Amino acid sequence: MDLIPRLLAGESPALARAITLVENQHPDARELVARLYPHTGQARVIGITGPPGVGKSTLTDQLAVRFRQEGMPVGVVAVDPTSPFTGGAILGDRLRMTRAAGDPGVFIRSLATRGQLGGLSRATGDVIKLMDAAGRRLILLETVGTGQAEIDVMNYAHTTVVVAAPGLGDEIQAIKAGIMEIGDVFVVNKADREGADRTVAELEMMLDMAPDRGGDAWKPRVLRTVARDGTGVDEVLREVKAHWGHLEQAGRLQVWRRRQAEFELAGMVRSLAAARLLEWAHQTGVWAEVRDRVVERSLDPCAGAELLLREYREAFGRRAAKSPGTAGRRGEV
Amino acid sequence: MSDIIRVLVAKPGLDSHDRGAKVVARAYRDAGMEVVYTGLHQTPEQVVEAAVQEDVDVVAISILSGAHDVLVPRIVNLLRERGRGDVLVLVGGVVPEEDIPALEQAGVARVFGPGSRLEEIVEFTRRCVRGQG
Amino acid sequence: MAGKSEGAERKESFITVSGREIERVYGPDAIAELDHAQDLGEPGEYPYTRGIHPTMYRGRLWTMRQFAGFGTAEESNARYRFLLEHGQTGLSVAFDFPTLLGYDSDHPRAEGEVGKLGVAIDTLADMEILFQGIPLDRVSTSMTINAPAAILWAMYVAVGEKQGVPRDRLTGTIQNDILKEYMAQKTFVFPPRPSMRLVTDTFAFGAREVPRWNTISISGYHIREAGATAVQELAFTLANGREYVRAGIEAGLRVDEFAPRLSFFFNSHVDFFEEIAKFRAARRIWARQMREHFGAKDPRSWMLRFHTQTAGCSLTAQQPENNIVRTALEALAAVLGGTQSLHTNSMDEAMALPSEDAVRIALRTQQLIAEESGVVNTVDPLGGSYFVEALTCQLEQEALAYFEKIDRLGGVIPAIEMGFFQREIADAAYRYQRRVEAGELTVVGVNRYTGGPATPIRLLRVGPESQRRQLERLARVRRERDELTVRHALRRVREVARGRENLMYPILEAVQAYATLGEIMGVLREEFGEYREEAIF
Repeated sequence: MDLIPRLLAGESPALARAITLVENQHPDARELVARLYPHTGQARVIGITGPPGVGKSTLTDQLAVRFRQEGMPVGVVAVDPTSPFTGGAILGDRLRMTRAAGDPGVFIRSLATRGQLGGLSRATGDVIKLMDAAGRRLILLETVGTGQAEIDVMNYAHTTVVVAAPGLGDEIQAIKAGIMEIGDVFVVNKADREGADRTVAELEMMLDMAPDRGGDAWKPRVLRTVARDGTGVDEVLREVKAHWGHLEQAGRLQVWRRRQAEFELAGMVRSLAAARLLEWAHQTGVWAEVRDRVVERSLDPCAGAELLLREYREAFGRRAAKSPGTAGRRGEV
Repeated sequence: MSDIIRVLVAKPGLDSHDRGAKVVARAYRDAGMEVVYTGLHQTPEQVVEAAVQEDVDVVAISILSGAHDVLVPRIVNLLRERGRGDVLVLVGGVVPEEDIPALEQAGVARVFGPGSRLEEIVEFTRRCVRGQG
Repeated sequence: MAGKSEGAERKESFITVSGREIERVYGPDAIAELDHAQDLGEPGEYPYTRGIHPTMYRGRLWTMRQFAGFGTAEESNARYRFLLEHGQTGLSVAFDFPTLLGYDSDHPRAEGEVGKLGVAIDTLADMEILFQGIPLDRVSTSMTINAPAAILWAMYVAVGEKQGVPRDRLTGTIQNDILKEYMAQKTFVFPPRPSMRLVTDTFAFGAREVPRWNTISISGYHIREAGATAVQELAFTLANGREYVRAGIEAGLRVDEFAPRLSFFFNSHVDFFEEIAKFRAARRIWARQMREHFGAKDPRSWMLRFHTQTAGCSLTAQQPENNIVRTALEALAAVLGGTQSLHTNSMDEAMALPSEDAVRIALRTQQLIAEESGVVNTVDPLGGSYFVEALTCQLEQEALAYFEKIDRLGGVIPAIEMGFFQREIADAAYRYQRRVEAGELTVVGVNRYTGGPATPIRLLRVGPESQRRQLERLARVRRERDELTVRHALRRVREVARGRENLMYPILEAVQAYATLGEIMGVLREEFGEYREEAIF
């Protein structure tokens, strides 16, 4: 783990290799993240989401350049889809970040979804932690942009920017359906195109109709940009910072942190618990037993799962009672 | 655990012929690899920075401008300086036969000239990367 | 043993190099819809399907124009004189990459690239040497230059003046086709809109000052080389043509004022009949578009005149002599398709710059077609062929369908920004490569009939010596010119770039003051911004 001091010193090759370990679920990855975790929590994360073709990468690029101008070390996580047929991927976002990519002060990492739904990669949370630990004070997280609801981003980002563009027609519907609620800042990019006014108006109307977020809640605004030439990007930057200011008041940041911790914790519980249960069931043969009963139609799958859980609890309930300290010790590793 | 091979398809220099680079990128994708494409007109420094950040196993350089003699060795050397001398460096494009030994000397694993089969490129890449592990 | 039935064929389907399925035989049914008067007409008559001149090659052969240029202006000048001595009738200048992208030879990005794949031009001084001893009133010159086209053209006009040749006697072509750069060739500098302004400024300058000059060569060649199919080449090129006409009209020009100076440039690939049909379809589509859509009145506006180059992408590094045969077939297709000028590739072009021997054979190939084969004795010898006419109609229909699709996307520039063309072309390139590797398409010497002794080819190389000489000359020009005049001229370029006046005039002043290409482009880069390609896959 000589990666750790180098990563903490901000060395790019070490950060890059650490991300690979996490992505590949390498045996060392858990310990790596565990040891770096105390060094995290410093970074601001901005999520950028929206339908395909609206210019998310270009806007991300422009924002990265501006944060660099303020002297902030920037990390960019850009997610692209993995082909379900071949398992391969072409990661094209970097190509659209030519302004930032020329600056070693911007660390860009392209991730493939590798089968994960929701617009992000499974490793996203850990990749953000690694960048955070490596001193990247500002992290831009760009989702896939499949046009489907990509709401996971709000669980990693302090501020979520939803990007739209004129002339996309149906995509506005997708925004309406899924991601209206998660946006803190709305951007109509390519605002020099015909139909921009209409897109802005539609988004504003939808925001007006959205359920009230409470008296002093943040009121999202709709901004216009032409990310290609930088028009309006400064305004987005100001709005993002205003949102931070808001988040820092009245204990909201603490609320956000709690929500974020709960999200990750719940996610880990789900995947760890399921993994443990399945492993146990396979090893003891209970799995095959229950499976066969499902095949015979004497149990439905849901009842089968409940049975598995019951059996597991019984098998471990005794042991857990005998050694109550297990969980505590594990936490110290 | 399956480690997916990551490839940077790089176009250094001023030539703008990206047909080959794009075809090869697709072939790698269809072979189950993750491909980052740099885009056109990259300096050796930009190529290497991308290779480092993306932690790729392979840098596949496509060059048809005739500037391979200057640009390719520079990329290889910069990779070494950044501690990534382990990256598999491949070159595709128009490189005269007599220039190949010098490139191989510099650290290029193989030069794929015009008419190379995609399958051959993919197989060679896979063999070299897996062989290293 | 039961033999093959009589109807059995060697393959399940027979496809062109573009993947088009071809039927066993074509008969009257295939052209039942064809109206002789409306769709074919006579040679030299609307819609010019059979050719733009009534006599075609009986009147005048095509211009044999070999693309050449490398190293310094001196070296290229020597090659031009060599070609003229061997019977070539027009010049075609290839520039190196730094020049194409508007960088001076001493720019850091130019390192290793100076003079490599074309001649390096930094200032008027280089251009003077390039055309030394070549009378510009008697030779027509084609310059393959796009983003900085206005500047190189201004240099040419200035050299003409130094030789005492008035502007209205200069003949030639600047490629100046920026739209296909965004689609395929990718040597763009500025964003599309200011680029189009530069193009329309050259149209206006040409119409006023250099009336015999072709101010644009709307090019499918590079689209095809990037992997497009025949119909994509046809459709995208003509779609670009329509876009330039629109831009000219929007810039306040009358269509008949500039349309006669529009010229085209196509690829001739190895699939013989599909290429011939493509050339014929191109003429018909263009004539109809210009007359019916744009309301042009002058027949010269309706005529599609084109240069052809045989397909560089069809050449193989394996068994390079085979390239002579491929090139001959492709050149023949171009002639049967009615081309106005022709470049035949040299057999070693898949590997490097062509050597003199290889260039001579390539030129002889054209001379042989012109003088020995007899195909020039009659106009459009394939006109009326069931197959060729059916194919011509098919290509026309498919191209029109592409026009509709492009219009639905909002026109050529929005479609470029969405990556439409780039994706179409990349898909086609990948499909082609897959077909070759699957053996569905044969490439002799590559996936069939391989082996045999390797032939050593003598390659022409551009050494560091050329680069050094070029850098020395550039330094000397910078030292000896009048700085004050240069600065003043560059300031003028900037002012006009910000306004609406024609940029050609201040650019001409700047080159005459020996401002460098990189300096002028630098000013325009600052004013117009630089284009970055965003959508690709």
